[in-house]
Amino acid sequence: MTEPELVDPVAVEPGASTTGGRRAGSPPRRLSVVGVLGELLITAGMLVLLFIGWQQWLNNVIVGTQLYGQSVQQSQIWNKAAGPPKSESPGAPPVITATIPNAQRFATLIVPRFGSSFYRPIAQGIGVVDVLNKAEVGHYPTSQMPGAVGNFAVASHRTSYGANFGHINDLQVGDHIFVETADGWYQYSFRNLQYVRPTGIGVLDPVPEQAGIQPTDRMITLTSCNPLFSAAERIIAYGSFDKFFPRADGPPAEIAATVKGQA
Amino acid sequence: MYAALWRVLPGPWWVRVVILLVLLVVILFALVQWVFPYVDQFVAPQDVTVTK
Repeated sequence: MTEPELVDPVAVEPGASTTGGRRAGSPPRRLSVVGVLGELLITAGMLVLLFIGWQQWLNNVIVGTQLYGQSVQQSQIWNKAAGPPKSESPGAPPVITATIPNAQRFATLIVPRFGSSFYRPIAQGIGVVDVLNKAEVGHYPTSQMPGAVGNFAVASHRTSYGANFGHINDLQVGDHIFVETADGWYQYSFRNLQYVRPTGIGVLDPVPEQAGIQPTDRMITLTSCNPLFSAAERIIAYGSFDKFFPRADGPPAEIAATVKGQA
Repeated sequence: MYAALWRVLPGPWWVRVVILLVLLVVILFALVQWVFPYVDQFVAPQDVTVTK
């Protein structure tokens, strides 16, 4: 900031040509090709760094904040739509039977291990552009619905585009994974990780990796890419169903703050 | 290039600094709002699904 001192003296009158003002002492400066090229290259380098910072961090924060707000809103909409408390049927949890159109949101995912503000919409389908790159969690349409006997399988990005599953490898046995629908909250417990090739569709089977076997358990499967910043493999996280919390009874204590927007 | 920009800007040094700061904010906003999301489409998305 020493340069301004040179320009400032009385020599520079308002409206005076800027080169005229330079006459005061220093010789007029010329634009050199090398100089301009150098500055352009430095600028380009900074743009690339800014882009990486945006893609890997800033955008995740922006998108994460937006989706958190939207999920809280969705939960409140479901609260209003919910009828009076029904007498709890002691059997199976309710299961969505309607056909959900592609890319439509129908549930929300809450994983306390991923942070208290991790509250992300689940949309039907695994389209890259219409679901996954919007930082939503995508439901494999061929897999079962939340709470159904079989396998509720979803996919999401591990880096960039919200990086929903960025902490998938931090899951510890017993960590709770919640899926929220209009009916209430399904609680699953994380069981194990598995690493498969991109073609390992066996993880989506009603009984994972056991094609043709009749399921008896209710599973959840999260898929993402592996290793970090690569798509050479897929990382799979499995959970098994614990219990269902009806909406009328309010959210489970563990995620109450998240659901109410107080995270 | 940037030196030329500095010379072209009007007013005393602090006015120029303010103009440059405003310019910087505008450019950063445009980058985050429009340019980066556009460029992002061409950066190969990482597949996260298992498929045949």
